[in-house]
Amino acid sequence: MITKIAWKNIWFKPLNTALSIILLTASVAIITLLILLQEQFEKKFSDNIDGIDIVLGAQGSPLQLILSSVYQVDAPTGNIDYTEAKKWMKHPFVASAIPLSFGDNYRGFRIVGTTPEYLTKYGSEVRNGKVFAKNFDVVAGSAIAQKLGMKVGDKFFGSHGDAEEGEVHDNQAYTITGIATPTGKVVDNLILCNLQSVWAMHDHEHEEGEEAHDHEHEAVTDAHDHEHHDHDSHAEEAHDHDQAESTISDEGKEITAVLVKFRSKMGIVTWPRIIAQNTKMQAASPAIEINRLFSLFGIGLDALRYLAIGIMIISGISIFIALFNTLKERKYEFALLRVNGASRLQLLSLVLIESLLLCVTGFVFGTIVGRVALVFISGSSEDEFKMSFNPLEFVWEKEGYLFLLTIFVGILAALIPAVKAYSLNISKTLANA
Amino acid sequence: MIQTKNIHFSYGKGTDFHFPDIAASSGESLLITGGSGKGKTTLLHLLGGLQRPQSGEVTIGDTNIASLSENKLDHFRGKNIGLVLQQSYFVASLNVLENVVLASWLATSKKATDKAKQLLVQLDLASHLHKLPSQLSIGQQQRVSIARALINEPKLLLADEPTSSLDDENAFIVADMLSNLSKQYGTALVIVTHDQRLKDRFPNQISLS
Repeated sequence: MITKIAWKNIWFKPLNTALSIILLTASVAIITLLILLQEQFEKKFSDNIDGIDIVLGAQGSPLQLILSSVYQVDAPTGNIDYTEAKKWMKHPFVASAIPLSFGDNYRGFRIVGTTPEYLTKYGSEVRNGKVFAKNFDVVAGSAIAQKLGMKVGDKFFGSHGDAEEGEVHDNQAYTITGIATPTGKVVDNLILCNLQSVWAMHDHEHEEGEEAHDHEHEAVTDAHDHEHHDHDSHAEEAHDHDQAESTISDEGKEITAVLVKFRSKMGIVTWPRIIAQNTKMQAASPAIEINRLFSLFGIGLDALRYLAIGIMIISGISIFIALFNTLKERKYEFALLRVNGASRLQLLSLVLIESLLLCVTGFVFGTIVGRVALVFISGSSEDEFKMSFNPLEFVWEKEGYLFLLTIFVGILAALIPAVKAYSLNISKTLANA
Repeated sequence: MIQTKNIHFSYGKGTDFHFPDIAASSGESLLITGGSGKGKTTLLHLLGGLQRPQSGEVTIGDTNIASLSENKLDHFRGKNIGLVLQQSYFVASLNVLENVVLASWLATSKKATDKAKQLLVQLDLASHLHKLPSQLSIGQQQRVSIARALINEPKLLLADEPTSSLDDENAFIVADMLSNLSKQYGTALVIVTHDQRLKDRFPNQISLS
């Protein structure tokens, strides 16, 4: 009954109520959004560096190297010599080393030359078809396959570089031989092929001018050589000379980066220095770089958080002023409730409940608005960075704290008005009427 | 039903009130008159348990309300004392019916909705049940507060200048309703007023001086 009166009371002053709720909603929405973004962002970032201790790549910004080779969001720092990289990939400290080579994209999705190990590392398997074995065979990530409606057997032409508008390599099509299972990681948005495909695609281009004829001849010879050894695929390959299995030597070839996992953690500490001193490459630790990135973001996130807390304080003050102002006209009402048998505590709880109703309403709206905002942000980050966020995730612990904070603001704002209602002198109030 | 003995109240600074003993039994009406500053309202608050006397006894039924604890007094007041004031106050956000029902809930934890309706109909407010109190005229508001004061069938009905802001017609209507209803419910009725119109209506009078 007291709650019902409180409910009726707050809607009796719709403008005051709306102001308080809007302010609370705004602050709760911002904080909810921050909580969800931070949680999911960090999770996405740390999921992707699982099992990568060091990234080997061309000199330049280590952060750029990590962003480009682990998260596939930035441009690569440059290329490294595969022969030299191989020496380090066979180092006794190394448990696994996955080479990566970037070259092309298909409608904005990167085509990455690597080994099948890359898929395994992210816990992905080929769901349909089989993994890439020959040159220009590709496995499409689950998200791409879904978005572009790709199926096993489809062919497409890549564009050079990582811009969708890059020059189209229309002399050589890629063939999809498999679709990877979804992982929620970066691999979902990549098209994977073997290293040789990337080399072949680009060697072909360089030589296209003066050496075009020679090259073509070479390729045909290569293919012929191979057919003698490979009887199984004899029939199909005979028609398609250009799509020969990889026989391109890796001598003098370049790759973009190597993802290294160490057997001994010693490597994480020593490699960056050893590599820098002995080679033209750099070794960057994803964990360190991502921490650095987060601390950069952190400043912005903190600023937003302070803003949100500021708004919450203002909403607290607005509730306080609303309750305090109406208290003057409501003191007769309170005195009357006392005359009718209401106890002091019932009046105290009436004022508190009014404030708490506002806070709970504001919290509920804020949680919803924050998630709606996340849907919009997710839409635009999906377009730009191939990174999406789940608005339906609940971060119970942090959102629980936020709820407690909201309730606390509500109690604090109602405290003085509630105590005034509690200690009201009914006789005096009614006598002065 | 109500009886006082030697009650004395002081606001300090020389305003001392020694009130004559008063008594009213069930269904009886008593008019307390007196000029301004003679302590009419103070006496009413003492009778209603809104204030405690420095000395003396106020006995309603078998209970000396001066000896009750604050909480018990709140409860006792809600159940046994109805109060009608010169100006009526309501929970502004609740409608007429809800305001009357609220009084029954506060006193007994039960909602006497049917009885509230019946009382309001008897007080000629049948068409105003679902209006907000602020939408009613002063006279109508006064009748709502009578309904609210009587909803718990109190032992004592106190009225503080119930008619002084009303015109003649409404003043007599309200006075009649007060006396008729208190007879009907067996309630002792005490009215404090300086309203000349009531002095002719209620023969049983005490004058404060």
